[in-house]
Amino acid sequence: MPNAIEVHGLKKTYGDLAAVDGVDFVVPTGRVFAFLGPNGAGKTTTVEILEGVRKRSEGEVRVLGLDPWEDGARLHPQVGVIPQEFRFFEKIHPDEAIHYYGVLFGTSPDPEKLLRLVGLSDKATAKFDTLSGGQKQKLGLALALVNDPKVCFLDEPTTGLDPQARRAIWDVIRQLRSEGRTVFLTTHYLEEAELLADQVAIIHHGKIIASGTPEEIIAAHGGRERLTVEGPPSLAQYLNQRLGVAARAVDGRVEVPMRERGDALKVLTALEASGIPWQRFATAHDTLEDVFVALVGKMDDGVLKAEGAA
Amino acid sequence: MNPNRIFADLVVFARGYFRNPIGLFFSLFFPIILVSIFGVIFSSGSSPVTIHVVNQDSPSNTSIQFLSDLNKTGAVNVELTSDGDLSGFLASNSYPVGLIIPKGFAAALANHTPIALTMYGNPQDPTSVGIAESAVATVGNDYSYRAANSTPIVFLQVHPVGSTLFTSIDYLVPGLIGFSILTSPMFSMVEISASYRKDGLFRQLSLTPLTKGEWLTAKILWYIVLTFISAGVMVGMGVFVFHAHVTLVVGLLPFLILGPVFFVALGMLAGSLAKTVETAAVIGNVVTFPMMFLSGTFFPVALFPEPWRTVAHYLPLFYVIDGMDRVMLFNNLAGALPDIAFIAVASVLTFIAAVLTFRWRAE
Repeated sequence: MPNAIEVHGLKKTYGDLAAVDGVDFVVPTGRVFAFLGPNGAGKTTTVEILEGVRKRSEGEVRVLGLDPWEDGARLHPQVGVIPQEFRFFEKIHPDEAIHYYGVLFGTSPDPEKLLRLVGLSDKATAKFDTLSGGQKQKLGLALALVNDPKVCFLDEPTTGLDPQARRAIWDVIRQLRSEGRTVFLTTHYLEEAELLADQVAIIHHGKIIASGTPEEIIAAHGGRERLTVEGPPSLAQYLNQRLGVAARAVDGRVEVPMRERGDALKVLTALEASGIPWQRFATAHDTLEDVFVALVGKMDDGVLKAEGAA
Repeated sequence: MNPNRIFADLVVFARGYFRNPIGLFFSLFFPIILVSIFGVIFSSGSSPVTIHVVNQDSPSNTSIQFLSDLNKTGAVNVELTSDGDLSGFLASNSYPVGLIIPKGFAAALANHTPIALTMYGNPQDPTSVGIAESAVATVGNDYSYRAANSTPIVFLQVHPVGSTLFTSIDYLVPGLIGFSILTSPMFSMVEISASYRKDGLFRQLSLTPLTKGEWLTAKILWYIVLTFISAGVMVGMGVFVFHAHVTLVVGLLPFLILGPVFFVALGMLAGSLAKTVETAAVIGNVVTFPMMFLSGTFFPVALFPEPWRTVAHYLPLFYVIDGMDRVMLFNNLAGALPDIAFIAVASVLTFIAAVLTFRWRAE
């Protein structure tokens, strides 16, 4: 099957409020798809509709060729889900939880192996309510894998976790991809999406405002190299007058967008000739975060301009 | 219905229960405490009434014998007191009953002359006064017949209904088992239905092949186990500690099984109407409290004034307790069949309604 997930014209409304407002995307089988957006953008609503735990208002949704709401009983044995802030029975031990899920799904998971995979072996017999947030999330991940799923839905799996726990979960996601599973990941950590995802969609106010590979999104919505030097705002004015560039003064730095590589030499020459003190010459490339902040900021300002207008 | 899944869910739930000291306390130790408290209260109800006697005929052997016979009835306990103002003595000491054996009592009996005994009774304690009155009247009549060399013609023989003469503690044991069948599942299920929804546990379970019916069945099985344990504890305490005349009979099984089915399903139904954990607790109390007091748990419904006696017949727990009274006290399974039929139908309907009403997923 070429696409594990297909979504067309998806809408979810609560009264007059559209939480998801006409969303389209496809996730090819075996890829990691990151669904990015600020809090309240519609990420969780979308992922819950895909999982079949929330009913959609309009649109077509297919996961592994099935309608998640109508065919949940056939779909759920083939998918694994970790919700945001995974919670479970307070007094259950992780190894018991895995065994329990195994019976429910009719599989015979090896609790030791799964707990080792997610890095929770030392807590196999601890009560759930004594686990830290990261440990609970790791158990959620282990349970999501009990039924050997083809598609994994991870809703902000690393939110609120310490860097070490976050990296451990990233490693598991990489392993899932290497095993040929499709991963649908929602996150508001841009770094996470950039590191893990083959494809990204950015959702804001219920609409997708950008999609593609991280590189494609960066290229389409910003994506230029720039020079930065530390110096006063007068330096930006000088460069703009002398070279006709669009230099900006930001927090004691001056940023100069580059149209071509040769611009770097011209800027350096102009800096030397300016007589204004400067230091720390560097080049930088737009990250997904820069693009995300710029796109979301523009939407919020209500001045989303046509491409290239800047 | 997949038995493996039901059993797995039952095991997880039971473990959680045993690892939570509060739940365990309410299920196992609370019944012991209940039976102990009510057992002590109702057992003490049968102690004899103390009657303060002024014997003005002292030291005649007849009057001493009369008081001794009065003591032997077991209904009263004679306490001699000195001559004086008996009425004032009783009032100042808050004693309920007093009796004066007048001077010339022995002589009057010997000469067949009528003689009156004087009794003082506190109108605020009519029960004690009534017991004392009938004890004195009975012994007095006996002495009159003997003095007249006659025997009573009309006898009253009181036969117990069923096999034994029942006391309050006997009625209390089925009532408290009913209390346990009601409260343990109701309060837990109402709380579970709201907190599982809040914590996303229903959502989590909806992503597995476990069905709502299987999940609810596992809860029912667990509460049947708990009911058997607490009923055993209460019957044991009642019989061995408070000498209750109740029996563990096969006829009890339908109630120990159907009772938890009904109240687990009702608790789930009530809880699924609530939007938050707080409102769930309120709904649970509104459903539970009337049944707790008006179904014959602590006092037999027959003692209730109207309209409460009629109200009791609209409460499902009434049929559980009424049926258990019939089988445990009278061993009358045939008489309990209408109760069993009512609970069976109510359980099936409530189970179906609960499974249809509570939602795993969000619309």
